[in-house]
Amino acid sequence: MTNFLTILFDGVAYGMLLFVLASGLAVTLGLMNFVNLAHGAFAAFGGYVCAVLVNRSGVPFFVALPLAFAAAALAGVVAERTLFRHLYRRSELEQVLFTIGFVFMAVAATDYVMGSSQVFINLPDVLQGQIDLFGVGIGRYRLMIIVICGLLTLAIQGTLARTRFGARLRAAVDDPRVASGLGINVPQVFAFTFAFGCGLAGLGGALGAEILGLDPYFPLKFLIYFLIVVTVGGSSTITGPFMAALVLGIADVAGKYYVPKLGAFVIYALMIVILIWRPHGLFGRTMAR
Amino acid sequence: MSDMTTLSPVAASTARIGRWRWQETAFWLLVVASYFLFSDRYLILTEIAWLALFALSLDLILGYAGIVSLGHAAFFGVGAYGVGLLAKHGIIEEPVLALLAAGLMAMVLGFVTSFLVIRGTDLSRLMVTLGIALLLRELANRFSDITGGFDGLQGFTIAPVLGLFEFDIFGRTGFVYCTVVLFVLFLAARRLVNSPFGLSLRAVHNNRLRAEAIGIPVDRRLIAVYTVSAFYAGVAGALFTQTTALASLDVFSFERSADLLLILVIGGGGYLYGGIIGAVVFKILQEIFSSITPQYWLFWIGLVFVVIVLVGRERMRRWARAAPEVLLRRLGLARGAGGGTSRGAEL
Repeated sequence: MTNFLTILFDGVAYGMLLFVLASGLAVTLGLMNFVNLAHGAFAAFGGYVCAVLVNRSGVPFFVALPLAFAAAALAGVVAERTLFRHLYRRSELEQVLFTIGFVFMAVAATDYVMGSSQVFINLPDVLQGQIDLFGVGIGRYRLMIIVICGLLTLAIQGTLARTRFGARLRAAVDDPRVASGLGINVPQVFAFTFAFGCGLAGLGGALGAEILGLDPYFPLKFLIYFLIVVTVGGSSTITGPFMAALVLGIADVAGKYYVPKLGAFVIYALMIVILIWRPHGLFGRTMAR
Repeated sequence: MSDMTTLSPVAASTARIGRWRWQETAFWLLVVASYFLFSDRYLILTEIAWLALFALSLDLILGYAGIVSLGHAAFFGVGAYGVGLLAKHGIIEEPVLALLAAGLMAMVLGFVTSFLVIRGTDLSRLMVTLGIALLLRELANRFSDITGGFDGLQGFTIAPVLGLFEFDIFGRTGFVYCTVVLFVLFLAARRLVNSPFGLSLRAVHNNRLRAEAIGIPVDRRLIAVYTVSAFYAGVAGALFTQTTALASLDVFSFERSADLLLILVIGGGGYLYGGIIGAVVFKILQEIFSSITPQYWLFWIGLVFVVIVLVGRERMRRWARAAPEVLLRRLGLARGAGGGTSRGAEL
């Protein structure tokens, strides 16, 4: 029983991490209809920035996290303004081709700069070891992930649903022409959203280096996971991807523990079944366009 | 009365479209010439041949039917492992028969998964194709007692083709064998796309709603072409295994599917020669890049992707037409690719 609870806990932590990693993609892919297969590159970038800051420059881990966010967001805004912006109106195939190319370049460039081996971030002592809570072993690091990611989730949901910016974003997504007619600076809203999503991915990459492992192939290895979160979760709300990420995280951890022989097979099979059953995602609405 | 009146309008039209042109003869003569010109590079030429067949298979679904697939390597992998397992356990020794058998295995998988692919939105289609390839890779990895797992399937030999031609270390037999298979399947594909069936595929690609309205059974057409395409990809994978005597997990990899998209985009889709030309260009690029930076050639391939999209394929096509050797295409071969500039841009 306690074993089960530990797995559940680890699964929740994993799922929340996936959500933070993929939430930016949920907006660009789900809402802006931009097929961005390069999202993981920004996550890896954040992770590497954090690793370099902590391991080489001795910056404290908790200071490096926001810096990883900022660096990835900056990289995102530069990439969006110079490259991705031109692709919003292109066909799906061209978006796929471009972002695959981008991710290939990112992988090779990372390999060149940082080397091909896996990178570990030196964690402070506070985050190591386990806490025993009612007989359930809880990893401190995973507890921290749940707290941070939980807060972020609330913040994202609040921003989208309640702030003026969230309303602008939803308007810009629903009908860019009318939105710009109403005086909303649509490109700016998109650029800001893209940057914020990349920042979140970067933060996720920094947080996830410990659990997911960080190497140059990170963007390709976890691409399918990000895509699962977004497509299975559906694009109408941010709650959908959140639920999908939780289910995915728990299923993956539990699957690896109970049926190690099958590995990721369960996840892929489940994804295909869900997409056949509901092409717009579990929590999606049928898109008008 | 002349022959024309006995033919129905459709038959006359397809006969006109499908007429063999001298440029095509010239193209295949070049292929034959490569056997004599590059007699020290048979291994590379062999790779180009099966890669071209693989790209041809993607062309059938992407160039003609407009289905974007991120997991076409699934069928390639099934063909590769299929032929490897048949050879290893001595079930079918003769390469040509094994090739057909492996192609059929991929075809069955293609038929079954086509129902998943035709359903759903564009995005979920990408996901499902990608998911199927990953799923198969995972299966091959897990059932290592059958497939050899991470180390790949090794330790089998490929019998002589038709019992006569032994595979040699210079790859001469392999090259001729692959090229003949490519040519035969190319002719079949050419016949297929110039038939009324092929025309209806283009109609579906151009405007699905309109195609449905004039009575084309859209789903059945897509299932059919997807199944055929899977057969082609399976054969390409089988050729890969037969010429290298190896099947490893990377036959299913995402990079392989992605490279394939690049090949077709380089060559241009929708006129069948695009896959072959793309395969040649891709292999040359790969050779150049990996001779400059062996470890980081992925970067340069990525750059090619990015540049192609940023410059725009329509613009590149216009530039390419100015170049003399591509003038051939302009003179007639490029019917499908050039026909309707707006469609051409979307492939």
